[in-house]
Amino acid sequence: METLTTTLAARDLVKRYGERLALRGVSLSAGRGELVAVIGPNGAGKTTLLSILAGIQRPDEGMISVEPERIGWVPQQASLYGKLTVEENLMLFARLERTPDPKATVERMLELTDLRNRSGDQVGTLSGGNRQRVNIAIGLLARPEVLLLDEPSTGLDPRQRERLWEFILRLAGEGTTVVYATHHIPEADRYADQLIVLADGERVFDGSPRELEQATGTTGLDFEQAFVEYLRQRGH
Amino acid sequence: MRWLLLKDLRILRRSPLMVALLVIYPIVIAVLIGFALSRGPDKPKVAFYSGLSVSASTIELGGHNLNLADEEGALFRDIDVVPVDSRAAVIEKVRDGEVLAGIVIPEDLASNLQSTLESGKLQVFYNTEDPAKQAYVENTIEAQVKAANAALTTRIAQEALDLLNLIGDGGVYHFLGQDFNVLGLKRAESILTDTRATLPAGSEKREQLGEVIDFTELARDNLSFSDEVLNVVGEPIKVSARSLDGGRTSLDDFAVALAASVSLMFITLQLAAGMLASEKEENAFPRLVRGLVSHTGLLAEKAGLAAVCSTAVCLLMLIGLGLFVDLEWSRFALWVVALAGGALAFAALGLAIGTLTREVRAASLLAFMLSLPLAFLALVPSGAVAPALYDVIRAVSAVFPFKPTLDALDAALNDAGGLGGAMLHLAALVLVFGALSRLALRRFAA
Ligand SMILES: Nc1ncnc2c1ncn2[C@@H]1O[C@H](COP(=O)(O)OP(=O)(O)O)[C@@H](O)[C@H]1O
Ligand SMILES: [Mg+2]
Repeated sequence: METLTTTLAARDLVKRYGERLALRGVSLSAGRGELVAVIGPNGAGKTTLLSILAGIQRPDEGMISVEPERIGWVPQQASLYGKLTVEENLMLFARLERTPDPKATVERMLELTDLRNRSGDQVGTLSGGNRQRVNIAIGLLARPEVLLLDEPSTGLDPRQRERLWEFILRLAGEGTTVVYATHHIPEADRYADQLIVLADGERVFDGSPRELEQATGTTGLDFEQAFVEYLRQRGH
Repeated sequence: MRWLLLKDLRILRRSPLMVALLVIYPIVIAVLIGFALSRGPDKPKVAFYSGLSVSASTIELGGHNLNLADEEGALFRDIDVVPVDSRAAVIEKVRDGEVLAGIVIPEDLASNLQSTLESGKLQVFYNTEDPAKQAYVENTIEAQVKAANAALTTRIAQEALDLLNLIGDGGVYHFLGQDFNVLGLKRAESILTDTRATLPAGSEKREQLGEVIDFTELARDNLSFSDEVLNVVGEPIKVSARSLDGGRTSLDDFAVALAASVSLMFITLQLAAGMLASEKEENAFPRLVRGLVSHTGLLAEKAGLAAVCSTAVCLLMLIGLGLFVDLEWSRFALWVVALAGGALAFAALGLAIGTLTREVRAASLLAFMLSLPLAFLALVPSGAVAPALYDVIRAVSAVFPFKPTLDALDAALNDAGGLGGAMLHLAALVLVFGALSRLALRRFAA
């Protein structure tokens, strides 16, 4: 990690919803082509962190190094028009994003997501996996340096999950920095260079999966158990 | 924003069932309301002042007394009469909307009738705020005046006939308690004929008497009333009507304006509220406002979409209605203005509904539930409820776009006046509901 140039840096992000503190001074930095997993139980603040990075919400405190325009955002729930076809959805957002050549961009995304043969299907008729791929493709239309994915594999079956990760790994291999939220621990273990553990809006760990195992001192147990143990030791 | 608009139109085109419902349903409702309107309501309230004193209400015609008070009874069978004690009081009650109409029987009705040179004039005042009821009251009064006329005509004709017989045949005439012996043309002629026989043939006097005899003969043959008198017999009571409030619109024309307003309301509210809520339901909203479209731009797009579609549909509906109802095509541009103004105000209200509900089904249910009461509130006629309640209803109606839209369309279609005022009212509502939606949109994504 230390050899990578930093593409995305956020420092001391604080977010309050009234009395409730959703983020308590969370920092994060990621290099080019790096895969960062933000993990933590439901309500930990993962969506809040990603939507602040995406510029959907303003943090109450803290700063972010990258303009939202250079960040692609894939929300937890697919934001697609069910009555439009795959191609029409891509074309609409390509035009709204003012991409220089919308037609070519859409072609490229159809190629990239392997959805060419479904391009004329209405999105409402697609399987969850394909819909998620369109959702991600829209996040990639503007060729962002950083891609934020909020629980991208939720609701997918194992095979769809497999194909989704192949796709994301390819993106990272091509240099896109990918930050994704998940509460699926084995996924983080397998597909992350860096882990950020959130609990109650607090960053309780930042490092590689192996480092987390070492920190819990539970090497040999499976990773999910190690994670739960780690949170327990810290009172979460 | 253009792409968003095209996207919405494409989605609408792919939802033919919804679009068909959205167009057909309000038109069916509008037609049903039209039918409902043409059936008269029960006994409307009418203020009544009679200037006739008890003695003056009796007309003496040829020695027979005719009591006008009896005819009044027939006049008011179908009307809830509110008696007042002056002409001014009648006008005041009509103005205040306490009654739908007022009738004044002037002091000189009986004397005018008796002179038989002029019809009696009944004065009727209408509150034209409610053309539906006005039409009913108008018809009722007209029918009753006709019935009273028919009764009077028969009696006056009978009197006239008796008088004619008396002049022709002679006899005893009762007048002011005295008996007069009337010679009659027939006996006069025979007396003159007898007298002529006593005069020498060829004398000047005999010739002159011959002329008088010819005249009586002619007079007897051609006895009749003058045209004026016959006219009075044909229509002893005339109605002079005046509107005291608003324009004068017939029921048919008003029903057209109402049908257009109802359709405009349904289509615009559903489209604006539904399409805005769908951006939230499809989760597109956060993505859109992430630098792609501004909040205000999104609202403007939805309002424009809803207003343009509903204006087009309602314009087509008016053109269709124009095949059956007489519409003033020369005012076409004003129709468009009134429709567009109403559509924008409804669209702004629809946006407020959409931002508050944030869910298509809830939005369309709320839009639907709001629509009917709004329409009916605006249609509650003055005089149907207590004056204080009526004021409340008027205030509530003014806060929502239905009543001003109805006024604007009535003005545009029927030259009822007040288009400018109604348009200003609508513009104010656009601003209010637009601002409300813009505020509510802040928590739209949550
Ligand atoms: N719009 C909001 N208003 C109030 N509280 C919120 C809002 N969004 C999230 N929260 C709260 O903030 C905390 C973090 O939520 P979130 O970031 O969605 O967690 P996660 O994605 O990790 O499940 C939760 O306690 C949640 O209830
Ligand atoms: Mg979440």
